[in-house]
Amino acid sequence: MKIIIRNSSPDPIYKQISDQLRGMIITGELKSGEALPSIRNLARDLRISVITTKRSYEDLEREGFLETVGGKGTFVAPQNREFIKEQKLKIIEAKLFEAVDEARMLGLKKNELKEMLDALYE
Amino acid sequence: MTKILEINGVSKEFKGFKLDNITFTLDKGYIMGFIGPNGAGKTTTIRLIMNLLKKDSGEIKIFGMDNVTDEVPIKDRIGFVYEENYFYEHLTVNKMKEIIAPFYSRWDDNKFNEYCGKFELTPKKKIRDLSKGTKMKFSLAIALSHNAELLILDEPTSGLDPVFRDKLMDILREEIQDENKSIIFSTHITSDLEKIADYITFINNGRIVFSNQKDILLENYKIIKGDTGILTEEIRKELLGIKENKFGFEALCDYEKQSIFSKFEVMTEKPSLEQMMVYLSGKL
Repeated sequence: MKIIIRNSSPDPIYKQISDQLRGMIITGELKSGEALPSIRNLARDLRISVITTKRSYEDLEREGFLETVGGKGTFVAPQNREFIKEQKLKIIEAKLFEAVDEARMLGLKKNELKEMLDALYE
Repeated sequence: MTKILEINGVSKEFKGFKLDNITFTLDKGYIMGFIGPNGAGKTTTIRLIMNLLKKDSGEIKIFGMDNVTDEVPIKDRIGFVYEENYFYEHLTVNKMKEIIAPFYSRWDDNKFNEYCGKFELTPKKKIRDLSKGTKMKFSLAIALSHNAELLILDEPTSGLDPVFRDKLMDILREEIQDENKSIIFSTHITSDLEKIADYITFINNGRIVFSNQKDILLENYKIIKGDTGILTEEIRKELLGIKENKFGFEALCDYEKQSIFSKFEVMTEKPSLEQMMVYLSGKL
């Protein structure tokens, strides 16, 4: 498990952690049932505060990626294929939206953007 | 969550200074940074917690007990480091330790020796021959060697170089791994707290300006930079502190208020704790 925190990032640290963990769960790098380090361990190793790591885990629990078993620790929640697909689609949609935004700023027409996408797909 | 430390409406008045109705709490298992400019009341607050000063009013509870009536059992469970040296200068490190150790029911000599090694403390050296930094390391070794559940550190890093300060932060992180310990730590070197602290309490002119989770605090404010021309009276009123020069201004602003700049070209940044302390101290 690799987590990198950038102080220069505009994103708060808790978000940088949850984004990276979420990414690893979606790509299958972290498998369901796998144990995660405790919030205190993770905070010590990343040299950040306990509350920050706690918040990252809580966010991912709320989203259904992690689950905490009292007294045992935090684990990757069993992932439903449909759910993961949905999450991935969301990511693709967000990236496409970004591309559309950039294209608009440049004054690119819809067709021109489609042509670009076609070319990239081949 | 269990409260380790509760300070409730505490006041103390001296000639020319008043600690005014301060309130904050610290939960078990967390680290609180206690920040403020010189003379803001940090050391006074700590001396009140340690019952070295008598408060005029209010209540201080440590481990759920009153800090005056239960002083002895409380202090057995506290490790403290004061800014100034309070050891007998003519004694050796080892002799001084032998005097202090019997006061603590859970003194751990192995742990003390371990820290002496880590901190490169020579047991046979006299206290007066130690450098300022090494004296600080000695106090720390004492504070960490009796299984204290609350560490109270008053400016522990002020005489220390960055390399040892970094090491100290690692030691403190290690101390809170077992979830039962809490640390309150006053400093004006806010970079030490930027990462490690869970909570920040900011005191200024004897009053608590805020006491909250560090992450929440840092999200509540923004630094705005831009051209001085856009600072109308209305905008100035909304800002929490402004620094200006002929090239532009820099100001601290509530996160929610940053929309007042939506029509202008400004740069926004996350504030550091130091910037928050400078702007909120009202002494620009």
